[in-house]
Amino acid sequence: MKKNGAEILIECLKEQGVKTVFGYPGGTVLDIYDALYRDGNIEHVITSHEQGAAHAADGWARVTGKTGVVIATSGPGATNLVTGIATAYMDSIPVVAITGNVGANFLGRDSFQEIDIFGITLPITKHNYIVKDVNDLAGVVREAFAIANSGRKGPVLIDILKNVQSDVADYQPQTPVAVRRKPVPPQNVEAAAKAIAAAERPLIVVGGGVIASEAAKEARALAERLDAPVASTLMGLGAFPASHRLFAGMMGMHGTATSAKLCLESDCIIALGTRFSDRVALNRDKFAVNKTVVQIEIDDAEIDKNVNVTHSVLGDIKEALTTLIPMLPEVKDRAFAQTLQTYRAAEKANAKPLELGHKVLIEAAKLAPEDTIVVTDVGQHQMWTAQYYPVEKPRTFCSSGGLGTMGYALGASIGAAMASGKHVIMVTGDGCFNMNLNELSTAVTHDLPITILLMNNHALGMVRQWQKLFYGNRFSQTDVRKRTDYVRFAESFGAAGFAIEKEEDIVPVLTKALAMNTPAVVDCRISNDENVLPMIKPGQTYDTIITDWEARK
Amino acid sequence: MNKYTISALVSNKSGVLTRVAALFARRGYNIESLSVCKTENEALSRMTIVLNGDDYILGQMMKQMDKLIDVKKIKRVEDDAVSRELILIKVRTDAATRSQILEISQIFRAKVVDVSPEATILELTGKPMKLDGFVTMLMPYGVMELARTGVTSISRGKQTIQDETDYKEKI
Repeated sequence: MKKNGAEILIECLKEQGVKTVFGYPGGTVLDIYDALYRDGNIEHVITSHEQGAAHAADGWARVTGKTGVVIATSGPGATNLVTGIATAYMDSIPVVAITGNVGANFLGRDSFQEIDIFGITLPITKHNYIVKDVNDLAGVVREAFAIANSGRKGPVLIDILKNVQSDVADYQPQTPVAVRRKPVPPQNVEAAAKAIAAAERPLIVVGGGVIASEAAKEARALAERLDAPVASTLMGLGAFPASHRLFAGMMGMHGTATSAKLCLESDCIIALGTRFSDRVALNRDKFAVNKTVVQIEIDDAEIDKNVNVTHSVLGDIKEALTTLIPMLPEVKDRAFAQTLQTYRAAEKANAKPLELGHKVLIEAAKLAPEDTIVVTDVGQHQMWTAQYYPVEKPRTFCSSGGLGTMGYALGASIGAAMASGKHVIMVTGDGCFNMNLNELSTAVTHDLPITILLMNNHALGMVRQWQKLFYGNRFSQTDVRKRTDYVRFAESFGAAGFAIEKEEDIVPVLTKALAMNTPAVVDCRISNDENVLPMIKPGQTYDTIITDWEARK
Repeated sequence: MNKYTISALVSNKSGVLTRVAALFARRGYNIESLSVCKTENEALSRMTIVLNGDDYILGQMMKQMDKLIDVKKIKRVEDDAVSRELILIKVRTDAATRSQILEISQIFRAKVVDVSPEATILELTGKPMKLDGFVTMLMPYGVMELARTGVTSISRGKQTIQDETDYKEKI
C-alpha cells in the first residue's frame, strides 16, 4: 500500500511494538507529528527539553529491556539529544533516536535549523543513518531497531529529510524477527570452566551486561553453585540480590571495603558483562596481577581492552552461563564465602555513624512500595544510593554510569515510571536537579509516581570532595549557595514539596511523599561537608582504600 | 612501533569512510595509509589500512572496526602477502639530467608517463619500500610533487578475505 514517509515511520514503530515515544515537535518533523496525530495509536510524551526526552527513552529502555524511542526536530532539537544519546551509548542502552532534517533542496546550504546530526552522533551511536530516499525508510527503521537491541546494545539515530517524510512509497507490513541469541558451544567455555573449577577463592563480578542479557538468574545460579562471593559494578546493581548471603556489595572507587579485600585476595575473577572501567579496575595494570581472570563478554573489543585476561568467552552472557554452569563442580561451604561473612561483619562493626542523607536512603528503601525503581543522578548522592539502597532485582536501578550525566535522573524517571507503572524514587543532588528540573512539569502533567529525594547540600559535593583530597580545600565554584526554596518550587510546578531537616522528619515525610502517587520533591537538607567513603583514589590499587577520612594519607 | 596492514570489506555507501576515519581519530590510532576501492561486488568496497602501533592497538583496531555495522569482513594481511603501491612523481629535468633520471627509472622499472622540457613524470608500482628508494634516488634532481596511492594488499594462495567470519555473525 502507498503511504508517505511519516506514515511509514509510524507503521514501522508499531511493527516494533512501540506504544510510547518521547519527543518535541518542530519544523522538520511536522509530517511525523501529523502522522502520529492521525494514527492515534502511539502515545507521545512531550517533555520540556529534548534532553529530557532522550533520558526518558533511556529510562524506558533500562526498566523494560525494550528499545526506547525519542523524536526531535532538526538543528537545536537534534543537538539537544546529544547528551542523552551519549549517556545511552556509554551504558549500552537500546534507544532509537529519530530526527528530522531539512529537505533535500536545502541540505548542505546551511539552511535554517540545519545541522549535520549524522556527523555529530557518529562517535556516540552504535550506528546511525541519514535517510534521503523514502524507499529506504522502512528498511532503515527495522534495521535500526534490530541493531539497537542486539549484541552489545546501544543507541541508533535515524535522521530523516523533510521531503522523505512527505514522499510516497509502497509499504508492506513486516513482523520483526526476534532478537537472536547465539548459543555458546561447550568447547568455547571448556578452558574457562577448568580455570574456574581450579580456583580456590573465586570472586564473581557482575556488570551491566548481566542485566542487558537478562542473565540475573544464571548469575545467581553460578554464584550458588560455586559458593562464591559476588561483587557488582555500579551498572550491575540489581543483577544480583543485595540481600543475598553471597553479595559483597559494589566494587570500585566507592565500593565496599569487603569487595576490595575479596578482590585483592581472590585467585580468580569471573567477570560477567563488565568492561573493567577505570572506576572499577582503577589501576588497570595492577588490578589483576597473579590472578586468573575469566571474562564473559558479548563485545569482543572489551576483551583485553582495559585488563588483560587469562580466559575469555565471547557471547551472550545468559547463553554462556547456560553452557558453563553444568560444567562446574558444585561447591559447598567454600572458605572464601566464609571470609566474605567475616569481612562484611567487620565492615559493619567499624562503620562510621550514619549521616542524615544515608538515613533517608535506608528509610526510603524500607518504606518504598514493592518493585520500586530507583533512579539516580550523578555524584555523591549517586554513590550513597549505590551503597545504602539495596537493589534486589534487575531493571529496578537506573543511573548514568559511563558518561556520568548530571541531570539524567528526572528524564529517566519519567521514562521509567511510564514504562513500568511502578513507583520511582529518584535520588538527586541540588547540582544535578538544577540542570534539568524543568522536566518536573512533565512528571506533573502525567501524574507520575515519582518521589524525588533531593540531597541538598548547597554544594557540588563530589567535586568538592575531590577538591578536599587533591586541591588543598580550595573550593572553587563548588559551594553553590542557591537561594531556591525547593518546596515552593515543587508546589509552583504542581508537585508536592516536603523538607527533611533532621532525623525525626525522615519517616513522617517519606511516608507522606511515598503515599502520593504523584510527583513529590523532598528537600533533604544535608551537610555540605559529607564525603563518600570508602574511596580508592583514581589510578590506585585496592589496598589503598580510604575508609576513614581523618586517617587518610 | 610496528607496521601492520589490514584489509576490510565495507558497505559501498557514503559515510563509511568517515565512520572508519572517525574511529581511528577517537581511539587515537595512528594510520600511515588508507586506500579504498570498488570490488567485484558493487555493494562492497575494499579498504587497505596501514597502521603504526603495537599488538594491542592492532587488536583493538580490528575489533573496533569489526563492530561497525558497515564493516563486513576484516583481515590482518600476512607479512608475505602481495602488497603494492603506485607512485606518480614529477622530477625537475633539464637536458643534463634527463638521461640520469631515465637511467634510474630503468633500474626501478618505472614508466615515463609525461615529458616536458623542464619536468618528467614517472610512474612506478611496487612495495612501499621500493617506492621509498625510488624517491630517495630522485631527490637530488628536485622532486616537484608526488602522489602515492597508499598500499593495497591481497593474501597469497587460495585464502581470501571472504573466508573470515564477521564479528556480528559470532554473537
